[in-house]
Amino acid sequence: MSRNSTQYEHGKPAYLILEDGSVFSGWNLGAEGTAIGEVVFTTGMTGYQETLTDPSYYGQIVTQTFPLIGNYGVNEADRESAKVWLNGYIIREWCYEPSNFRSRSTLGEYLESHGIVGIYDIDTRALTRKLRSKGVMNGAITTDMPDDKPGFMREIKAYSIEEPLKAVSVKERVTYNCADPLCRIVMLDYGYKNNILRSLNARGCSVMIMPYDSSPQDIMAMKPDGIMLSNGPGDPSKETEVIRNLAELLKTDVPILGICLGHQLLAIAAGGRTEKLKYGHRGANQPVMDMEKDRIYVTSQNHGYAVVGDSITKDIGHVSHYNVNDGSCEGVGYNRPGTFTVQFHPEACAGPHDTQYLFDRFLENMLEYKKNKTIG
Amino acid sequence: MPLREDIKKVLVIGSGPIVIGQAAEFDYAGSQVCRTLKKEGLEVVLVNSNPATIMTDKTMADRVYIEPLTLPVLKKIIEIERPDSILSTLGGQMGLTLSMQLAKAGVLDEMGIKVLGATPETINKAEDRQMFKDMLISIGEPVIPSKVVNYIEGALEYAEEIGYPVIVRPAYTLGGTGGGIANNPDELRIIGSDGLRQSPITQILVEKSVSGWKEIEFEVIRDSKNNTITVCSMENLDPVGVHTGDSIVVAPAVTLADKEYQMLRSASIKIIQELGVEGGCNCQFALDPDSFEYAVIEVNPRVSRSSALASKATGYPIAKVASKIAIGYTLDEIKNEVTGDTYACFEPALDYVVVKFPKWPFDKFVYAKRTLGTQMKATGEVMAIGSFFEQALMKAVRSIELGLDTLELKKLHDKSILEIEEFLHSCDDERIFVVYEALRRGVPIDSIYNITGIDRWFLSKINNLVHMDKYLREGELTEIKYKDAKDMGFLDSTIERLSGQKPPCRLKAAFKMVDTCAAEFEAETPYFYATFDEENEAEEFIEKHEDGRKKIVVFGSGPIRIGQGIEFDYCSVHCINALRESGHEAVIVNNNPETVSTDFDISDRLYFEPLTPEDIDGVLDTEKPDGVIVQFGGQTAIKTTKHLLERGENILGTSADSIDEAEDRERFDALLERCDIPRPKGRTAFTTEEAVKAANELGYPVLLRPSYVLGGQNMIIAHSDGDVREYMEIITSTADLENPVLLDKYLMGTEIEVDAISDGKDLLIPGIMEHIERAGVHSGDSISVYPPQSLSQEVKDKVVSYTEKLVRELKVLGMVNIQYVYYNGELYVIEVNPRSSRTVPYISKVTNVPIVNLATKVLLGSTIRDLGYEPGLVPEASYVAVKVPVFSFPKLTDADSQLGPEMKSTGEVLGIDRDFESALYKGLLGAGYELHKVDDVVLFTVKDEDKPEAVPLAKKFIDFGYKIVATEGTCKYLNAHGVKAEKINYFDEDKPNTDTLFDSGAVDFVVSTSKIGRKPATRSVQMRRKAIERSIATLTSIDTANALANALLSGKNLDNVQMVDISKI
Repeated sequence: MSRNSTQYEHGKPAYLILEDGSVFSGWNLGAEGTAIGEVVFTTGMTGYQETLTDPSYYGQIVTQTFPLIGNYGVNEADRESAKVWLNGYIIREWCYEPSNFRSRSTLGEYLESHGIVGIYDIDTRALTRKLRSKGVMNGAITTDMPDDKPGFMREIKAYSIEEPLKAVSVKERVTYNCADPLCRIVMLDYGYKNNILRSLNARGCSVMIMPYDSSPQDIMAMKPDGIMLSNGPGDPSKETEVIRNLAELLKTDVPILGICLGHQLLAIAAGGRTEKLKYGHRGANQPVMDMEKDRIYVTSQNHGYAVVGDSITKDIGHVSHYNVNDGSCEGVGYNRPGTFTVQFHPEACAGPHDTQYLFDRFLENMLEYKKNKTIG
Repeated sequence: MPLREDIKKVLVIGSGPIVIGQAAEFDYAGSQVCRTLKKEGLEVVLVNSNPATIMTDKTMADRVYIEPLTLPVLKKIIEIERPDSILSTLGGQMGLTLSMQLAKAGVLDEMGIKVLGATPETINKAEDRQMFKDMLISIGEPVIPSKVVNYIEGALEYAEEIGYPVIVRPAYTLGGTGGGIANNPDELRIIGSDGLRQSPITQILVEKSVSGWKEIEFEVIRDSKNNTITVCSMENLDPVGVHTGDSIVVAPAVTLADKEYQMLRSASIKIIQELGVEGGCNCQFALDPDSFEYAVIEVNPRVSRSSALASKATGYPIAKVASKIAIGYTLDEIKNEVTGDTYACFEPALDYVVVKFPKWPFDKFVYAKRTLGTQMKATGEVMAIGSFFEQALMKAVRSIELGLDTLELKKLHDKSILEIEEFLHSCDDERIFVVYEALRRGVPIDSIYNITGIDRWFLSKINNLVHMDKYLREGELTEIKYKDAKDMGFLDSTIERLSGQKPPCRLKAAFKMVDTCAAEFEAETPYFYATFDEENEAEEFIEKHEDGRKKIVVFGSGPIRIGQGIEFDYCSVHCINALRESGHEAVIVNNNPETVSTDFDISDRLYFEPLTPEDIDGVLDTEKPDGVIVQFGGQTAIKTTKHLLERGENILGTSADSIDEAEDRERFDALLERCDIPRPKGRTAFTTEEAVKAANELGYPVLLRPSYVLGGQNMIIAHSDGDVREYMEIITSTADLENPVLLDKYLMGTEIEVDAISDGKDLLIPGIMEHIERAGVHSGDSISVYPPQSLSQEVKDKVVSYTEKLVRELKVLGMVNIQYVYYNGELYVIEVNPRSSRTVPYISKVTNVPIVNLATKVLLGSTIRDLGYEPGLVPEASYVAVKVPVFSFPKLTDADSQLGPEMKSTGEVLGIDRDFESALYKGLLGAGYELHKVDDVVLFTVKDEDKPEAVPLAKKFIDFGYKIVATEGTCKYLNAHGVKAEKINYFDEDKPNTDTLFDSGAVDFVVSTSKIGRKPATRSVQMRRKAIERSIATLTSIDTANALANALLSGKNLDNVQMVDISKI
């Protein structure tokens, strides 16, 4: 909605069509046109810009359950990657007069400049309840309802996220050096968020970001003190090549930290299994028990698949974290030294910073590894 | 960790009488605590002096003491009860301070009592200004430059160093009592000295003002394992400088990006972990709107008003979880009762926005200073939930009962643009409306921001309302326009009024559930708010839970205000309980976040909505109830009667026609005529001249009041034509007179009050109450005694027979409250209220008659006999109960403390004992009077009519060992009548005068009555203010003073009164 002196003007009419046939009508914001994707919801109340730029949302249409979006505008610093990865954006109300000292433009302008089709003024709670009870489903946002409805519905149903890692990953190695680094880390880019990089750099580590399909030989050739497996989009079980590579890496003794997709991929590589959750965990309020510390932390999450806890057998390792709400596996401690992975996002952005200590733990593991190596 | 094995018997301290800064929220917290502890099988000992609370019901705890909240009393109760633990964090500041005092006095150590919630060390770290600052610095959290001082010179020196403006915060006071912002040395001298006086340890903090920064709050919960979560963030619409209790507050914070949000969230977690609170804690921050710079303003290591708000805003039961933590449980062991499926260890996600709006008492205290600052002035608040900020704000404005349906304040229309801009500079209770008016006149958002510091986001949202208002007035009312207006919270009636058109369609309210998780999990909370969508979750919920029970909707009492307090929430809750007990589905509609009635597990369904006709239509259309009840929610609920009748709802209880008959002067007179019951002569008037004429016909003094009021709003006793003119001027300036002003001959007799239940045939009178103050002091401000001490059997019989006649003739069904005056051997009726009253809770407790429960069952068709009661007056109880009012005058600058027909008290305490003297002693002690000689002097300054009675009164004080000092006229009179008194000059005369006398600290009591009061410029008003500001007990009725003198002379003290466990009555 925009307003001149006395007029209220909405964007073009827009529609959200779900694969179960339900239609929500609202108004368009951002780019006009049609976007098809997997419709998911996130419950975070702040951090919409981080959500928009999180590569894990690749191929999805994201609904914000919090109704007031765009309040503080958009800025340069809160990007988690260089672009907007999600396919479409659904909100209740957007704020066309944002207020924040860092704001550089409005949400509407931002979406438009990134070519993202958005819809607002729909009952996002009703949509969320539908996704909760029926599970995640495909859908489309469109400003031009096609005449061939059955054909359109078929198109929606047929949609699936293809080769997401290829789409989001760097093509070439990129290095972010620190002066006098404590450690050198290879981060395999499955769609990493900037704050993983910032968190590692802040701990005095140089980070070499490598493409998702880098071979174990190429990786080890960098002589890393640690390997970071990033977050990312899609179904982990489909990434057979990546999994094979990780299985090779598991044979080395380099410390590994996995986050989100990285966590899932490593579990499969080690012999575990993943499953699709009905509607996933997306938000900034997921309680996770760290069994070693016997403490609960509030975490930021964004995933539709999860590691099956029972599939982590004793010869792989142990479930180190679980979700207090539904008991699902949130972390694995591997028998292999210096290796642990978590489903949630210690790098936060958006979300709570409570589990930043995991990066410290990773650093300790790497320093330990370096020490042993020197002695060895 | 599960329940601690070493806890078996817990002492819970309530928060005492309702005063500004400490209201019903602690009854909400306290009753959650009691229920939780009892459920865990613990023995609960409760102490609270406030009888109007749910928590002091005998079913809430194993032992219930309605006794004064003082250290010696608690010591006595501890000696009797020998609890092993005490819960410090759930009884407001009162509970926290008393826990500290018990610890400091060594009582806890001596008796081996554990402190649960927050230890004395924790409390000290948070409450002692210097320790708090040191703690923050030690963990690297930013503080505002400040210094603790004990002398005014120190304050002035430090202010020079950091620069003005500075904020003064007294240590250990409630609701910021005595604080303020000083812009220069002169102001600092006044505010600083005042703060030092108010602080029990004569200590103030002088701090650099960060006014203009955003004020953000976090509610945090921590358990013994150090698991910590934040339940809710809140953002004050007003920037730093206005007390959060006086600010419009939004939840969650709306103008923060994730970076700022997480920065403050992490800081709150760090602070609570450092403090080591086990339970709930509230952290307040100031955040620079132009950078990431922030500072910690304050931390409350306890459940607070903000936690009540956060609980209602999110559905997360903070008090319940905090009490479970206090007795050993950890967050991962406590179920989230909202979802039933998840655990308390998570942070609620909201998919709506909440607006809290304060309710101020300036309609009562027309001459009080309305400026808002660091000292809280609101008596209550409302909360509104919406899908949009505009919608929630509009709902809140409707809920606050100012008669507004938009933010447009008519009286600002004739102000010039310059005046409006001028008003923007003054931060008072009407500022939001002034902002609206400024936007309406086209003042740019940036200009308003520069003056008020209100974030542009809020201004832009308010501007949306301004534009929608204009847009509605222009052109065709299209469907889209209508829908947008509804989303912004405009009512159909407002849309019609502004557009002059009928809506093209009717959007029905759809109800959404408050479920703590933004619909991520399926929830079963019967807690709803309205918005305008297609999916109505309340309807689904009703269908799913349909079990054949009849549905009854109860209307609550809205915000706490003077005249309509916590008592009505007490009644609403008991009505709900009775409905459920008798196999009905009970549904409540209310909008006050501080109350027990808005706890979602009290009723079968809770609708958090304004109580205007259109808002309740939405609820009724969804519920389709079998009946509705209005008689327990005070005037707020009664006001809906007409509309309910028009809708054809089945109103259980006295008919609307009978209500009208009781309120309409002419009809009521005719009724009294039929019953042959006398009433003071009266007249009605619409204009000033009519009023003057009527007053002269009746003969002065006369009582003036508007029709249809509660709590004696705008009521005065006029002694002259001048008084009548002044009154009429005020009353006609605020509202058009739809109903006439009532004038009554004022009879200075004994006031008598009864609450009764009628089943249509029989009548049950639980008890008769007698007031200590003669008629003319509002019944809510009078000391009320049950059973009556001075009335003969004949008078009591007459009261019963009049009551029976009136009830029969009025066809009352359910509750009725009748006030009488006994004057010169004749009993007159003053008023009949066919509804529940503020005396119901205390009379229920002392007579053991569950009045509301019985009345509700009567409404459902039972008879009094069915319920096991013999009709008529219930035999007098073996206990005497004395209800003493409590005032909040120190917080209301310029408000006159002189008691009169207009109610001024904010709360009450009860004294219960076997005999009247003991009960009176306890009542006065509980109300805060020092009942032993501390210093030497009682100051007398009374009006001519009171002088004869001042003579024996002064003698009583002399007998007790006091010296009497009096102003000239009073002194002469006393001396002439054989009472030794010393003359003192008024404060505006030569020294030594009343000011120097007050400052010398020699005065224990001031007895001050005056003919003309109210206006702050009046000498007597100023003198009383000066006494109040110095915390000197000020008695403004000869009768109150007499009762106090009698209590002093009675020789009662804590050694010769007993502690009464009312659960054994």
